[in-house]
Amino acid sequence: MLELSAAQAIAAIGAGELDAAELFAFYRGRAVEHGGDVERGGLNCFTWTSPGVPEVPVGPLAGLPLAVKDLFCTEGVSSQSGSRILEGYEPPYTATAVSRLREAGATLLAKTNQDEFAMGSSTENSAFGPTLNPWDRARVPGGSSGGSAAAVAAGLAPWALGTDTGGSIRQPAALCGIVGLKPTYGSISRYGMIAFASSLDQAGPLTRDVTDAALLLRHMVGHDPCDATSLVSPHEIELPTAERLDGLRVGVPAGLDDASGASIEPGVRACFESALTLAEQLGASVEEVQLPHAPHALSAYYVLAPSEASSNLARFDGVRYGLRAENASDLLDMYTRTRHDGFGPEVRRRIMLGTYALSSGYYDAYYGRAQRVRTKVAQDFAAAFQGVDLIATPTSPGVAFGLGEKTADPWAMYLSDYFTVPMSLAGIPAISIPGGLSAQSDGVGPHGGGLPVGLQLAGPAFSENKLLDAAYALEQAIGFDATAAHV
Amino acid sequence: MARLARLALAEEEIEPMARELSAVLDHVARIGELDLDDVVPTSHVIDVTGALRPDEPRPCLPREVALAQAPAVSDDGFLVPSPQA
Repeated sequence: MLELSAAQAIAAIGAGELDAAELFAFYRGRAVEHGGDVERGGLNCFTWTSPGVPEVPVGPLAGLPLAVKDLFCTEGVSSQSGSRILEGYEPPYTATAVSRLREAGATLLAKTNQDEFAMGSSTENSAFGPTLNPWDRARVPGGSSGGSAAAVAAGLAPWALGTDTGGSIRQPAALCGIVGLKPTYGSISRYGMIAFASSLDQAGPLTRDVTDAALLLRHMVGHDPCDATSLVSPHEIELPTAERLDGLRVGVPAGLDDASGASIEPGVRACFESALTLAEQLGASVEEVQLPHAPHALSAYYVLAPSEASSNLARFDGVRYGLRAENASDLLDMYTRTRHDGFGPEVRRRIMLGTYALSSGYYDAYYGRAQRVRTKVAQDFAAAFQGVDLIATPTSPGVAFGLGEKTADPWAMYLSDYFTVPMSLAGIPAISIPGGLSAQSDGVGPHGGGLPVGLQLAGPAFSENKLLDAAYALEQAIGFDATAAHV
Repeated sequence: MARLARLALAEEEIEPMARELSAVLDHVARIGELDLDDVVPTSHVIDVTGALRPDEPRPCLPREVALAQAPAVSDDGFLVPSPQA
C-alpha cells in the first residue's frame, strides 16, 4: 500500500484491488506509530490523528486519507495554528478547502504541525515542539508547513494540505524531497484558514508526485461566497501528461544570488544546473531574464506580512476562544498578559514589527514603500513573461539545516525563503519538485546519498496546467525516488 | 510599541526584542534606496470589484455555539474583567 501514490491508490480502489477503509487504517497505524512525540521515536509531525476509521465516502477521491495543516479550521477537531493562544480550540465550522476535498471523497487522517501562525521556515516555532526531517532527524523539515511535508516524505500520509505565504509550502517540500504547489493567489478559498497575512496566504497541496498535486488542486479551486477574494478558475486543472518540453521557454533570473546575501550552496547549484540541462534535453530553451526588484522582495515581504499579521492577530485577546491569562487586574492587563503568554517569540517579534511599520510617522517609509516594491516585483514578472513561459530557480538556497541552527538569527532564517517570496508578492503560481540530492551533503540521508534539493518553477497567474505539465515532464526525466525517506 | 500591540513584555525581554527588531529593520531599510516616487502601491494583487452579496437576513452562528469556546461566559455574553478595576 505504501508504494502507491495517491492517484494510484484511487485507481486501485476503483478497480476493487484495494479497500479504502483498510488503506485508512494502514496510514492511521503508521501515523500513530511514527508521527507522534519525539521522545517515543516519532517525527512530531502531527498535532492530532483520527481516533478511528471513518465511514468511506463516495467521490472521485475514493476515501483517500488526507493530512491537513493545523491552521485549517476543522469542525470539532483541534485547530490551533501551532499556537498556545488557541489551546483547546475546536472550531464550529470547517475551512472551505477541506470541506471541498471531503465532498470529493477525502477523509481526515490527521492535522499537521507547523510554525506558529505559519510564521517560520523550520517548524521550530510551534507550541507542539519542532518536527523532525525524516531524511535526517537532526535537521528541520522546513516550514511553515513542515509537519505536512515530513508526513508525506516519511510515508505517514498519502498527501497533505499546507499554506504558503512566502514559501511555506514550497520550501518544506524542497527540504523534504516532495512536491509542493502554491497556486495563483485567490484560486482556493481562504475561508477557515487561520489568517497570517491575508493578501499573501494561499492553500495548496504537498504530495509525493506532480500528478497527485494536480489531483488535489483540482478539487479545491474555485470561487467561494465566504471569501470575496476567491476567484473563478478560468479552466479546469488537468492531470499532467507531457513527456517533452518542446518549444517551452524557461527563464533563469540574472544574478540569482547576488548582493542581498542569499548565497546558493554549491550542491544546490549543481542540482539546479543539471535540471536546466535536462530541460534543454527535453526540448526547452533556457535563457536569462531580468527581475531587477526580486532581490528587494524579501525586505518588502518582512514589512507587508508582519503588518498584516499585527492586524489579523489582534483578534487573539482572550475573550472569545483559547487561552486567557488568570487573575487579570483589569481588561487591558488581561489582553496584554494573555497575548504575552499565548504567543511565542517569533510571533511576538512579527507583531511588534508590523505595529511599528504601520505606526503613524513610519507608515510611509515602511508599509507604503513596501507596497510600491510589491508593484515593481509584479511588473518585473509580467515583463519577463513576455519573453518566457516559465521561470526557474532553486526553491531554497540550501538543503535542510540543523535543528536550532538558525533560531538565533531571524534574518538568516528568513533568507531560506529568498527565492520563494517574490512569487508570493506577485500572486503567481509556483511549484517545487525534487531536483535530486545535494552531493555536498553526501553521507547524510537514509541511504547516505545526500539531502534533497528543490527546483522551483513559476508561471503567470492561472498557468497551473502549464506549470504542472512542465514539472511532470521534468519529474519523469529526473527520476527522483519519492519513497527514499519512508520510515 | 508593545503597548500599542497589546503585548506585555517583561523587563528582561525588552532589550533582546529591541535588538532583534533593529537587526531586521536594518535589512528591511534597503527598500529606502529604491526610487519609487511614481509607483502605485499594491495592497492586493488581484482586482476584486463589486464583491457584494445581496443584503438579506440569514441565519448566523447560534449564540450557544459562539459562546462554547469562550474562557468565561456570563448568561448570554462573553465575560471579561472590568476595563477599570
